[in-house]
Amino acid sequence: MMLIHFQLLAAALFCLGLYGVLARRSAVMVLMAVEIMLNAVNLNLVAYASFRLPPLMDGAPLAQGQVIVVFVITIAAAEVALALAMIMRLYRNRGSINVDEINLLKG
Amino acid sequence: MGLILFYTFALSTFLAAIGVVTTRNIVYAALFLLGALTGVAGLFVLLLAEFLALVQLLIYGGAIIIVILFGLMLTRTGEYEAVNEHKRWPFAAIASIALFALLATAIVADDTGADQRRGVDLTTIGTELFEQWAVPFEIASLVLLVALVGAIVIGKAGGPDDPADTTPPAPPRDDLPAPEPRARRVPNRRPPARRPRGARS
Repeated sequence: MMLIHFQLLAAALFCLGLYGVLARRSAVMVLMAVEIMLNAVNLNLVAYASFRLPPLMDGAPLAQGQVIVVFVITIAAAEVALALAMIMRLYRNRGSINVDEINLLKG
Repeated sequence: MGLILFYTFALSTFLAAIGVVTTRNIVYAALFLLGALTGVAGLFVLLLAEFLALVQLLIYGGAIIIVILFGLMLTRTGEYEAVNEHKRWPFAAIASIALFALLATAIVADDTGADQRRGVDLTTIGTELFEQWAVPFEIASLVLLVALVGAIVIGKAGGPDDPADTTPPAPPRDDLPAPEPRARRVPNRRPPARRPRGARS
């Protein structure tokens, strides 16, 4: 188990999330794909915080990677709440949550 | 042993993530998402970050999945079976595969060969969080408060163009001039066509 395994897995998860964001049409599905991308980033951060990299071999253990992950999870929770409120509003006003049909700002 | 556990968690996470972005049933997608998040929690344990694994399970598995399922329930439409991918989904696939190739090339080319893990105990995380990161921590609590209030304001019924507007109009106040009566759209009622006298049918 090496750092590169976690890096490759995080990259694969991020690309899957990107595909979901680009290809899905339901707004809730897009939100779930965004969650997968956030988790890929979290995994990468924790992996870098956990493995001993050569310059830091003897230093004190650094908790900053994990602290940043705590903040990312907090922001993700706030983002999900707001996004679902917006989706519900959209559904009430337009009767659809298909992101292709939402073009109110189109010039 | 560690490698077997890693491959187990990694494979389950990856397959569940594929399920999220490809399944046609949106409730199954939410359950696959739960599987992927749980797999990531297992990977956190393998990375000796037990606190984050617990946080991941509690917040993602316990809160976010529930909120997403509530959102699905409240926006139920019959179009879920029909609404799936764009017609242009091959472009999305090409873009994500190209990004993965780029990232994988960079990762493999810059491999540090690090294979020693070390844990960070909870005391260190707490000290770091409340000393060096105290201001961002307080700002995060403010962000959560604003998100809570904002979600309620956005989500509640109301507004001029809301067909489901069920909020009663505000009672009139004495210290304000009486507002103009709001123009209500009345159905266009035509006067009944006058029948010529004597024409009976």
